[in-house]
Amino acid sequence: MADKKVMVYSTPTCPWCKKTKEYLNSKGIEYENLDVGGNQEAAQEMIKKSGQMGVPVLDIEGKIIIGFDQKAIDEALA
Amino acid sequence: MFDLIVCGAGPAGITAAVYAARQNLKTLVISENIGGQAALSGDIENYTGFQFITGPNLAKHFEDHLRHFDVELNENQSVSSIEKKSDLFRVNTGEGSIKSRTVVVATGGKPRRLGIPGEAEFKNKGLTYCAICDGPIFSGKEVAVVGGGNSALDATLQLTGIASKVHLITLNREITGDSIMIGKVGNSDNVEIHSNTKTLEVFGETFVSGIKVEESGSEKNLDVQGVFIEIGWVPNPPKVKFESGEILLDKGGAIKINEHCETSIPGLYAAGDVSSVPERQIIVAAGQGCIASLGVFKYLSTKKFN
Repeated sequence: MADKKVMVYSTPTCPWCKKTKEYLNSKGIEYENLDVGGNQEAAQEMIKKSGQMGVPVLDIEGKIIIGFDQKAIDEALA
Repeated sequence: MFDLIVCGAGPAGITAAVYAARQNLKTLVISENIGGQAALSGDIENYTGFQFITGPNLAKHFEDHLRHFDVELNENQSVSSIEKKSDLFRVNTGEGSIKSRTVVVATGGKPRRLGIPGEAEFKNKGLTYCAICDGPIFSGKEVAVVGGGNSALDATLQLTGIASKVHLITLNREITGDSIMIGKVGNSDNVEIHSNTKTLEVFGETFVSGIKVEESGSEKNLDVQGVFIEIGWVPNPPKVKFESGEILLDKGGAIKINEHCETSIPGLYAAGDVSSVPERQIIVAAGQGCIASLGVFKYLSTKKFN
């Protein structure tokens, strides 16, 4: 389960992004954090993948999760 | 069985739990998030003891303070309803039902909707209710903030450093709120204030491309990629069932309380923005959490529970 590629599209200020990252950290999951505020390319990528502009967005091996959804994260990682 | 269940973990709920823990009450906090609306605020300059602190940072201090005590915390859980039978409460969540002798409801508020065409359709597609969450994604873009009070000023100030231009749109003749914030907005060179202006519609293809407004009687379109709705908050109380009637709410949907934060149901208290308190401020919510918790302690001491 630790081998899945996890990407987190986030902004530095959003409380739910922080929660999401804390949750991944608590499970010992490594992830790539993309700051969609500072990085326009990442922002466009996130909008294309998720079809919307709210953060956070997770990409777990192609499975897109919008918002902090613990259950969906667990399922995608399983 | 808990002595107290606190519903919500914003300033009111966390303060209630801290006071309860210090009275050695067996306490459980159930909340969808930590920090509530305070965690979504931008810059806070009126919480005594902190000349300046950001909302997320203040929320972190609240959380650290709470975790210092032996209080159980069910995070990411929301309270669907509360029932009272004889002298006991049952607090129902999606994951079951938990018993307690008293309850403090501190579930805060939710953003008020404008109720105009395009609002639901473009939610998270350029339209948002949370500047601190979604603001940075509008870097270099033109945006609109709808609202004429402190929440709108806060969102505008967060966006001035991010967006290329911010249109602040208010129905009122002028912006009302904190003079310091009004001054800061006035001094920003990329804010245009549209007073006497009604927002009629949000439009676009897949994402927002503009809004239609009526400014001083004439209709026009503003080309914006982001729309931030900041017209205040409405109370967010859970359903409460009670043998001899319903919990009393005020006209605005807030739980009616007296100066002791007591509701119409003995043993059930409300604090902060979910209650009929006249001022919706972080420091007021925290103070009410204290009043409610001390009320709980007195209620438990005078009532004989087995």
